[in-house]
Amino acid sequence: MTIVLGFSAPRPLRGLGAAGLALILAGCSGRQSALDPAGHEARVVGDLFWWMLIASVVIWALVMAFSFYASHRRGEPWSSRAAARVILICGAILPTLLLAILLVFGLRLMPMLRAPGEELRIAVEGQQFWWRVTYELPDGTRVSSANEVRLPRGRRTEFVLTAQDVIHSFWVPPLAGKMDLIPGMTNRLVLEPERTGRFRGACAEFCGASHALMALDIEVMEPDAFEAWLQSRRTPPAPPRTEDGAALFLANGCGACHTVAGTEAAGRVGPDLTLLSERPSIAAGILPNNTDNLVSFIRNTRDIKPGARMPSFAMLSPEQAASIAHWLLTPRSGTAGTRRADATP
Amino acid sequence: MVLRLRERADLWSLLMPPTIWALHFLFCYLVAAVTCARLGGVTLTKPNPGASFASLESFQPWVIGGTAVALALIAISAWQAWRHSGFGLEDPPHDAATPEDRQRFLGYATLLLSALSFVSVIFIALPAFLILDCR
Ligand code: HEC
Ligand SMILES: [Cu+2]
Repeated sequence: MTIVLGFSAPRPLRGLGAAGLALILAGCSGRQSALDPAGHEARVVGDLFWWMLIASVVIWALVMAFSFYASHRRGEPWSSRAAARVILICGAILPTLLLAILLVFGLRLMPMLRAPGEELRIAVEGQQFWWRVTYELPDGTRVSSANEVRLPRGRRTEFVLTAQDVIHSFWVPPLAGKMDLIPGMTNRLVLEPERTGRFRGACAEFCGASHALMALDIEVMEPDAFEAWLQSRRTPPAPPRTEDGAALFLANGCGACHTVAGTEAAGRVGPDLTLLSERPSIAAGILPNNTDNLVSFIRNTRDIKPGARMPSFAMLSPEQAASIAHWLLTPRSGTAGTRRADATP
Repeated sequence: MVLRLRERADLWSLLMPPTIWALHFLFCYLVAAVTCARLGGVTLTKPNPGASFASLESFQPWVIGGTAVALALIAISAWQAWRHSGFGLEDPPHDAATPEDRQRFLGYATLLLSALSFVSVIFIALPAFLILDCR
């Protein structure tokens, strides 16, 4: 990714190389690591991984020791009875017992991990190359967002996974294993985060030219804070209408593909931009959310994301794009204190 | 043809334990599929719309029965193979070109296959008791 964005990049993209590098470095931290679990399933699977690793190393060492012994010992060979006993015990009985233990352990985990979720459901629809996210509240209210999922800590939240075009796969390594999103099918996955923090998920099934640029932000919040946030988004906050950006957005047809609640823009081809100002990144987790990156993305969409279903709006002047970006990022009433980080996520 | 006690070992007696293993496998899968299809369903009403999953409890007696039959048949075939192999009085490898050694070889191979099939049948039955619904 750094190579694509960083080297021999056209002028407007120079700044993005640094962003790509930052993302690579972020990959080394625990934000997207299955070995740094922050969720119930990931922890259980992680434990299983470590146990199996340790056991395999022990068995490997024993086999090596045996073969060393066999090739270096002198003196009388073993009687064939003794040899047969060793083969029976080490070659048949022990492996059978070990496999049985692993099987029982694994089978007991499965129903635990698949237990149903609690009241909140989140529908995630995969598309080339982004995620449509809809929070479905128990009373039927829906809150629309994209490319970011917020979750309450300590609750089992059910994900309803579908795809619009091709197969994608929803994977948040620190929280749980992956689950495919398949056109025409509904898959379910339950996540139970155990600590708060920001994590990164990714599409784990090749889905086209920008597959590698299809990530997503996950934020695990304390249940109270999450509840307060979700309640405050039940009626989507309206953006200020006075700005130039609003007029430019509508005049350039952005509204045919994007929804911004409280305006005429109600398109469903692209991500819902209502809550963009409080998301940490843009374009499915690939660029930190700030005015500069938005301007680059709007004017050079297809260079940044080959194959994206949004045309590059190169005919907009940087000033015009900036005023749209500024409008999109203006904090909405009631969203004070959000981290529309002009810093890196 | 396969499921018959025999005076002498042949390829059919050798095939008996893995055949029982395969049939038991098929049996368990069929019974589970039928149970889940008949007792599960889709709920359209709140509070929990979506697929509803049948419990596997009603299916456990079937698995117990099928597994008991399969294990008994495998035990019989192991005992028969033990006889064919000469009651373990002769050491392997049984590789002389004589009718006796051919018998012992077949018997011994069948005995080992019986052990494998026995363990596999138990492994196949286990999920019915550890996974409790059709989810
Ligand atoms: C033809 C439909 C279409 C039009 C017109 C369109 N977009 Fe998009 N837009 C998309 C799609 C599809 C994506 C998702 C791209 C991806 O990430 O793969 C997107 C992504 C975006 C994003 C990133 C969203 C996020 O969730 O991070 C922004 C910001 C954006 N568009 C702004 C605009 C603006 C401003 C205009 C008008 C100048 C515009 N779009 C016009 C389809 C469109
Ligand atoms: Cu994808």
